[in-house]
Amino acid sequence: MRTFPARNEFFMDLPITCSDGRTLTRREVLGGIGVATAALTVPSLVGRPGSVASAAVRTQASPALAPRRPGQGILVLVTLYGGNDGLNMIVPTQDPVYAAVRGSAGIPAAQTLRLNDGFGFHPSLVGVKALFDQGKIGVIPGVGYPSPNRSHFRSMDIWQSGVPDRVDLTGWLGRWHDAVGADPIRMLSIGPSVPRALVGAKSSASAVPNGTFNLPGGAPLTNAYMESVRTPSSELGAWAGRITDTGSDLLRVSARLAPILKGDGQGTAAVNLEGVADDTKYSVLERQLSEVVTLIRAKVPTRVYSVSLGGFDTHANELGTQANLLGVVDRSLSKFLSDIASDPMASDVMVVVYSEFGRRVAPNLSNGTDHGTAGPVLVAGHGVRGGMHADYPSLSDLVDGDLKVTTDFRRIYSTIIDQVLGADPAAVLGKRYDALGFL
Amino acid sequence: MADDPRSRIAHLYRRIGFGASPTVLDTAVAAGFDATVDALFDPSVPDGGAAATPPPTAFVLIAPLPATSGEEKKVRNNVKRTQNIGLMRWWLDRMTAAERPLAEKMTLFWHGHFATGIGKVDEAIYMLGQNQIFRTAGLGRFEPLALAVAKDQAMLVWLDANDNKKGSPNENFARELMELFTIGIGSYSDGDVREAARAFTGTRVERRTGTISVLARQLDSSSKTILGDTRTFGFDDTVSFLANRPETASFVSSKLWSRFAYPVATTDPVVADIAGVFRQSGDLTAVMKAIVRHPQFVSVTARQGLVKQPIEWVVGSMRALGMRANEFEVLGPDPLDTLRDLNQVPFNPPSVGGWPQNGYWLSTATALTRLRYANALAGRANLSWLTGVAAPSRPDALARQLSVDGWSRATLAGLQKASTPKSQVAVALTSPEYVLA
Repeated sequence: MRTFPARNEFFMDLPITCSDGRTLTRREVLGGIGVATAALTVPSLVGRPGSVASAAVRTQASPALAPRRPGQGILVLVTLYGGNDGLNMIVPTQDPVYAAVRGSAGIPAAQTLRLNDGFGFHPSLVGVKALFDQGKIGVIPGVGYPSPNRSHFRSMDIWQSGVPDRVDLTGWLGRWHDAVGADPIRMLSIGPSVPRALVGAKSSASAVPNGTFNLPGGAPLTNAYMESVRTPSSELGAWAGRITDTGSDLLRVSARLAPILKGDGQGTAAVNLEGVADDTKYSVLERQLSEVVTLIRAKVPTRVYSVSLGGFDTHANELGTQANLLGVVDRSLSKFLSDIASDPMASDVMVVVYSEFGRRVAPNLSNGTDHGTAGPVLVAGHGVRGGMHADYPSLSDLVDGDLKVTTDFRRIYSTIIDQVLGADPAAVLGKRYDALGFL
Repeated sequence: MADDPRSRIAHLYRRIGFGASPTVLDTAVAAGFDATVDALFDPSVPDGGAAATPPPTAFVLIAPLPATSGEEKKVRNNVKRTQNIGLMRWWLDRMTAAERPLAEKMTLFWHGHFATGIGKVDEAIYMLGQNQIFRTAGLGRFEPLALAVAKDQAMLVWLDANDNKKGSPNENFARELMELFTIGIGSYSDGDVREAARAFTGTRVERRTGTISVLARQLDSSSKTILGDTRTFGFDDTVSFLANRPETASFVSSKLWSRFAYPVATTDPVVADIAGVFRQSGDLTAVMKAIVRHPQFVSVTARQGLVKQPIEWVVGSMRALGMRANEFEVLGPDPLDTLRDLNQVPFNPPSVGGWPQNGYWLSTATALTRLRYANALAGRANLSWLTGVAAPSRPDALARQLSVDGWSRATLAGLQKASTPKSQVAVALTSPEYVLA
């Protein structure tokens, strides 16, 4: 039930799951819990070793880095809200259909940054392109799920739950968290809220403000507050219980993180209203990822971090908007990989960038694109295997003007659960999906 | 305790207002539940607080301001920022001042329903105009409300009306109108969206003047088939057609019930009760009265089933401590900064889907923000109502001041442990009893 992402500075900025009036009944909630717990009785999830085959030492990793430890990784989930246009992000430069159909709403091949003989990166992705050349970026094009839904909300729900065919209020990482045993510091969302992906039936990620994490009021207040959240107020119902649970989690997480997160001065700025009035030097995504670097360096035992950026719903005048947004993604990812490189665990850290859908192949006459289907997922890290890891969807063989999905998104999740988190994908996704080769 | 009249009326004031002060509650209890409902819904009851906080009149359109040079851009952005933040501060102040807060609660509801964001609309004056529609038409009939909101600058800009042209419809408005504003997801096909989008072609906002016009050459006046009905649907016809669909009665009723009572799906039996009233004429006052008079409105499920939205919590906290939002701009705690950290900046919903509810507001980060704000607010407040009573009576004094029924064992233990009145207030404001709506 705790869902949803932090907003960002572009904030026309999108969705968030389940706000759409499709409100949730207690029954639905409990139904979801029942299903999830039933699926999660597998006891031996912790410490399951990754498969030997995919644990092969990275050929392209910098020799200074320790090799990746399969199943003991740290996942950094980057959610792009609004439906990022994959066709303009990973451009099929040799496909005449792209140039013909996209026209002035497309990226001319000559402006792209070469990925391989058939494809080029969006011109804003300068750092990503350099990292790709070093083998530190994996591109998985054409990712989606059966029977695409073009609602931001429903589609993001599907991506975050990992369940395409029914409403499941738990997230795929939330179910992993439930299975390995909830610990308020195991999954952290940077920002005020926790996206559904990190919400389980029994537990949820903690949310860490982008700034300092110290408690106010000194000992008198801390001690009194501690007393008030010591036992869950279940006599007042489930939501009251959640309120006291987050309070007691706050005390535990703050005790661990407050000494680390002393703040960079950005989080405490006077009114900083994300696009309404954001004067700060770095984008929200950069600041979120900086905080992740700080925490990883401090050896916090967190396995999953969640950050986000919104504004990708480019119905009109897409070129400028997407160039800015992908520029933010590019700078943020580049800085993150560079900052983390010197950490002994650098090879264990993997970033995944995804959005709820791609856009239609044909633009509308507003030089924008409407909601579509399959889109690319990027994986980045010093321990990933670079390259293109799936087939690019055909621009000629369409369904209703939309791309056909070439790669089921659960293959990515399955690979991550197995190879990064060291758990059994079947316990989280219902079954194990064919691994992809990005690790 | 939950069944006593005082408790029921306090619940009513929390849900359709921002809580009741002890004296307001005393008066309402003397009048009774039904009379209180009638008074709260009576638009002829004067509201001195609202009168004392008139909407800003000095806003200018940003679009015509020159922005070619860097210097001009800076000036323009400063004007924009000042207006945007001024608008947010004004509404918060209005909410803390209003004596008949139902109008503000309905405005907040419709703002979440027809969620429109100032970041893209980029004009405070448009956002204020829309806000005023919610305030003045939010308890009228649904159809005129939907029409007024649809054909208003803020919504037209928000959902790309200017790009919706004959031959190349932009589906943004048509899709959200069906999915989020009227009939709800699952009640239409992608084909319906495409057809409806054609009906909305040609209507545009001239951004330099704010004029709304229809360009005949961009208007697709051929026939469209929407939900199986084939006509030469135009803009207003389509909004009216959708507003009057039975699915809309169920969908909007479920949203109202979900926000004022507890979250339900459209299939919940209680929705049928409310939708029945909605279908009679779409009269939202009748619908809201049916909600608050429904037996389930005061049920345990309702009482335990809603978490205060951050705006409700921040505004309610200030009101409970006898303070106005405009007192904090300089010395703090800044309610707007706090709302940013709680993920609910007014005029800036996260998306066209509005704000989610309940669990969305509960995280370790928001728990920390609430604790910080409560502590700072308590530090600024006059707590003589608390310091003037003997220590053993303080928990009761706090419950009375915050208009909650009483304290759980855990909260009571925290209040007793708190060694200062200030920390007692902070514990009370962050307690589940107060954080629940």
